Amino acid sequence: MADLTVSQIRALIVKHKRLDLIFACIGVFALMVGVLTFVALFTGMVMDGAHRISWDFFTNFPSRRAEHAGILSAWVGSTLVMVVTAVTAIPVGIGGAVYLEEYAPKNWMTDIIEINVTNLAGVPSIIYGLLALGLFVYQFGFGQSILSAGLTLALLILPIVIVATREAIRSIPAVIREGAYALGATKWQTTADHILPYSIPGILTGVIIGLARAIGETAPIITIGALTFIAFLPPAPFTGDPPAGPFDWLFAPFTVMPIQMFNWTSRPEAAFHQNAAAAGLVLVVMTLSMNALAIYIRYRLRKNIKW
Amino acid sequence: MSKITDGATAQANLVLKAEARALSFYYGTFQALKSINMPIYDKKVTALIGPSGCGKSTYLRCFNRMHDLYPGNRYEGEIRLHPDNTNLLNPHVDPIEVRMRISMVFQKPNPFPKSIYENVAYGLRVRGVRGVATIDEKVEQALRNAALWDEVKDRLHELAFNLSGGQQQRMCIARALATEPEILLFDEPTSALDPIATASIEELIADLRHKVTILIVTHNMQQAARVSDFTAYMYLGEMMEFDATDTIFIKPKNKATEDYITGRFG
Repeated sequence: MADLTVSQIRALIVKHKRLDLIFACIGVFALMVGVLTFVALFTGMVMDGAHRISWDFFTNFPSRRAEHAGILSAWVGSTLVMVVTAVTAIPVGIGGAVYLEEYAPKNWMTDIIEINVTNLAGVPSIIYGLLALGLFVYQFGFGQSILSAGLTLALLILPIVIVATREAIRSIPAVIREGAYALGATKWQTTADHILPYSIPGILTGVIIGLARAIGETAPIITIGALTFIAFLPPAPFTGDPPAGPFDWLFAPFTVMPIQMFNWTSRPEAAFHQNAAAAGLVLVVMTLSMNALAIYIRYRLRKNIKW
Repeated sequence: MSKITDGATAQANLVLKAEARALSFYYGTFQALKSINMPIYDKKVTALIGPSGCGKSTYLRCFNRMHDLYPGNRYEGEIRLHPDNTNLLNPHVDPIEVRMRISMVFQKPNPFPKSIYENVAYGLRVRGVRGVATIDEKVEQALRNAALWDEVKDRLHELAFNLSGGQQQRMCIARALATEPEILLFDEPTSALDPIATASIEELIADLRHKVTILIVTHNMQQAARVSDFTAYMYLGEMMEFDATDTIFIKPKNKATEDYITGRFG
């Protein structure tokens, strides 16, 4: 260092720190593009739609008159579709992931399956819609129903659930797994007593993020033929005349929140655009609260696990 | 003091518990153990020493078929468990059966994220033991044998993570003891612990030698000298020398052993 004087060293540091600053500016700018876009969108929706949010908005069916139109059929439809999606995607996704991580022999077949599962997450959702139209709607004869929609979205989020579950399982240290096996546990005992309970925080996070994505999906639901205007609810079990069976609602026609929005946005009247903004606001709040729930659950359950 | 001072005269009192015969082990194509022959005597402590990578942990993990958990591993030769003369490495012998007879304590304490009680009871639960009174009794007995009962008896249902490192390791020993194993394997049980916790574990091993056969891998020569009756020196996957601990440390037959023990190598 003898060939550099103190003042030269200081000049060098000033120069290097300038680069630091420049990079930090670029970083902040990049971050702001994302954040500000969302804030602008959200603010726009609030300004357009907030005044439409009222109790009536949630309890009214869509209507030709914008001021009377509500999202009852849409939010009930979205909720029921999510129930079907969750009930199918959670066990199937967890089962597949546990098999891949704990049971499957490590060979080229498993490798191919692994790569494909990851790739499935990147398949455009409309492709799932086309598959479902052929398979669920016509082949299985489920029709343009809540069941078809729920199964379609379940397929869509299956890769998300599988990947999240596998990551959660992988984050369990090998010594914990070995500790269970060393006591004479079988694969299933190890899985049921240790692997699954310790990966629940990660699995739940993945499931909720998957559902949050599914609730906003429009393309596959339109493809299988959801209605855009519907003024009745699916039959609740054991009501009506003759009484509906416990699962009749599965086969009912339906609509979901994003389709209701889409319908309103395509109307020429400004009043309907305000309804669309209000419905969008509800949808964003639903999605954000699901994500918040995921973060909270992970925080709560991980408190007891230290490794 | 049951220490063997002279291998030749003491042989008569010794009962063989297990025996490695021409045991070789392969990770894929890499041969990690080379035709090892070694007796394990009943109710004695046998220490495995040697430089890092010499295969001592690999050897230890053959005794509970831990290698079966990972693909590409292969055993050759036999480990005979007495008195029934079962070959532990026989592919027809279920590794679960082997692990139910032979317990293991790991390098780093590995408590499950459950209560102290549930940790110690887990081996019993795996075996289908159901009665609450039976499990309570065995858990207490195991914790007493691991010299931990007095410290934890009032907080059995707290998370095991709340224990100190040394207490966690003693709890893992209790967990391994609860099922009354025939052999207890220790894989460098004190390498993650401070000197005080290490002393308590060593004391415990000294107490346990009358109850169970112990096989311990250690990096620490003084530890081998302090706790074991027999010592095996391993180098590059080979068993260089096996003898009574005093003999190994005072007048080893093999020059390589002497160099390692006196610190000229390793």
